[in-house]
Amino acid sequence: MSTLEVKVWRGGADGRFQTFPVPRRDAQTVLDVVTYIQRRLDPTLAYRFACRVGMCGSCAMTVNGQPRWTCRTHVTDVARKDTLEIAPLANLPIVRDLVTDMREFFDKWARARAQFQPTKTRRDDFARIEPASPARRAIDVAIECIGCGVCYAACDVVAWNRDYLGPAALNRAWTLANDTRDGAHRERLAAVAGDAGCHACHTHQSCTERCPKHLTPTASIAGLKRMTALAVLRGEL
Amino acid sequence: MSAWAETRLWLAQRASAAVLALCVAVHLATMIFAVRGGLSAADLLGRTRGSVGWAAFYSVFVIAVAIHAPIGLRTVAAEWLGWRGRVADGACALIGIALLVLGARAVAAVML
Repeated sequence: MSTLEVKVWRGGADGRFQTFPVPRRDAQTVLDVVTYIQRRLDPTLAYRFACRVGMCGSCAMTVNGQPRWTCRTHVTDVARKDTLEIAPLANLPIVRDLVTDMREFFDKWARARAQFQPTKTRRDDFARIEPASPARRAIDVAIECIGCGVCYAACDVVAWNRDYLGPAALNRAWTLANDTRDGAHRERLAAVAGDAGCHACHTHQSCTERCPKHLTPTASIAGLKRMTALAVLRGEL
Repeated sequence: MSAWAETRLWLAQRASAAVLALCVAVHLATMIFAVRGGLSAADLLGRTRGSVGWAAFYSVFVIAVAIHAPIGLRTVAAEWLGWRGRVADGACALIGIALLVLGARAVAAVML
């Protein structure tokens, strides 16, 4: 059985990498590696995970320079000559070791008005939405976001413009902008337009390339650009 | 700057980019075609002077540049230099005005 040489980020923003030897196993994930280090080699290692099956979005880290969901990333797919470098997600403040402070990431969802604004009460009838309608289809392709922050860490514009809402918040806003039940359409378009919103996106597509759920936030942001532009031309923004 | 204004700037830059795509293609193709057998400045001016069509074409070209470039520079200043706000906006607007004046002078020099 071979051994992996694993460099793991320790400390805060001014920390450094610490190297651990970890035995290789069949079907071993990067999260398995981190868990082995914490349970067998150094119990002070801080990291975050919950479901281990790609649903909760809490275990994203930078693996060999790329943001990834570690629970669904196999070591065989990412290790280079039996070495791994594991760091916290980029573009977010480091709490300690592999744990980042996700507050600004989720605060930006709120700033993008990425919450459903109901227009009916429980006494009203069900909303009827045609599954094959263009708006419903636009929602379908963008709705499976697990909020892991991989797109946010991969985004160049987030690194350049700290106010930029980021791909995940804008992608969620796009699903709501297409939701015919929602009552905050105009306010949301105003929230996502401008220098900190969809118009700042340079279409580098790093978010789309890295999204572990294979979503296309770039297309969602392009949709918001079209929608806000039409709203301005119609005098609605 | 408001969402309304930012969206308008974005629209202006995209619309001017569409105009520039056409203008640059016509400009390059014309230059390559016009000088293929050798061409002097006098020959060139002989063709352009008094031409309403070329005057209109290059006027549109200059206006599109004067709209497109400062909006792009404003983004570059914000993202690469961290320079944002009214002073940065004003500096970029001045660059746009300068491009418009210099371009108009060049158009006038070869058309009038």
